[in-house]
Amino acid sequence: MSEIDQLLPDEDAGAPPRSNGEIVFEAPWESRVFGLTLALHDAGRFEWPEFQFALITAIARHEKSVEPEAYHYWGCWLEAFRAVASQKGWLTEAALSGLESELAARPHGHDH
Amino acid sequence: MSDHDHAPDPLAIRAEALEKLLTDQGLVTAEAIEGVIRHYAEDVGPMNGARVVARAWTDPAYRERLLENGREAIAELGFGGAQGERLVVVENEPQVHNVVVCTLCSCYPWPVLGLPPSWYKDPAYRSRVVREPRAVLREFGLELPDETEVRVWDSSAEIRYMVLPQRPVGTESLSEADLAPLVSRDAMIGVAQVEANRE
Repeated sequence: MSEIDQLLPDEDAGAPPRSNGEIVFEAPWESRVFGLTLALHDAGRFEWPEFQFALITAIARHEKSVEPEAYHYWGCWLEAFRAVASQKGWLTEAALSGLESELAARPHGHDH
Repeated sequence: MSDHDHAPDPLAIRAEALEKLLTDQGLVTAEAIEGVIRHYAEDVGPMNGARVVARAWTDPAYRERLLENGREAIAELGFGGAQGERLVVVENEPQVHNVVVCTLCSCYPWPVLGLPPSWYKDPAYRSRVVREPRAVLREFGLELPDETEVRVWDSSAEIRYMVLPQRPVGTESLSEADLAPLVSRDAMIGVAQVEANRE
């Protein structure tokens, strides 16, 4: 099997034309951060090339640091968004890490 | 060991924290975020591009407008994006095959194709299709004659590309509505051709 074959979704052939069988998001947070990014852009909070530049930077850094199997596109997107949010002054690193610790410490099943 | 013992994914935590920090400041609402997700799940996808292609195949004046200014031509069918980028439509010809990539990240013509498939964003496709396009296309099952010129178009934040595939022979009697379902996402990226009988 070639590299490209391994990347192709198995269900491509019989899938409906709307998505052509592709699962775009593998985890709910990926669609949330995508929606968050576009909603902020739609609201005029930043120019698209600002994010694009951050994404290119995040991808280039990530590609250098991980094996190809570990490549994680939405992780790069998340990192790029964090960078833009930080540049815009929407958060401080302290506020972000503080909230992350708080959320990570929740007992599981908190939202049930 | 139950699922409850798994540590939460740090990326999921980070995404949740970012969303909370920004919504708490009133920079964006949860409703707006959900609206974007719903829009891309329900309204935007390759079926939009397929309608553009079928129109171009059946309406020569539309085809000309599409090749001249893609952004304006897709707007005629009600498609457009907020990213403000140009859309350049490149047409396949008997001797010329076009294929689209974004070597640096994942630029893609969202209004007509939706979000890109995972292989389009993968480092292997992004680097190899430029160096050895014929070999990559062969892996997708597309064998091109030696005399066919392959043109690779590298997308950017400012310019997105879409391929206008060749209309398959044997479809002369088909209407625009009959043609659209034949057009696949992969054909509009340029890693496939349109077949008269799509499975």
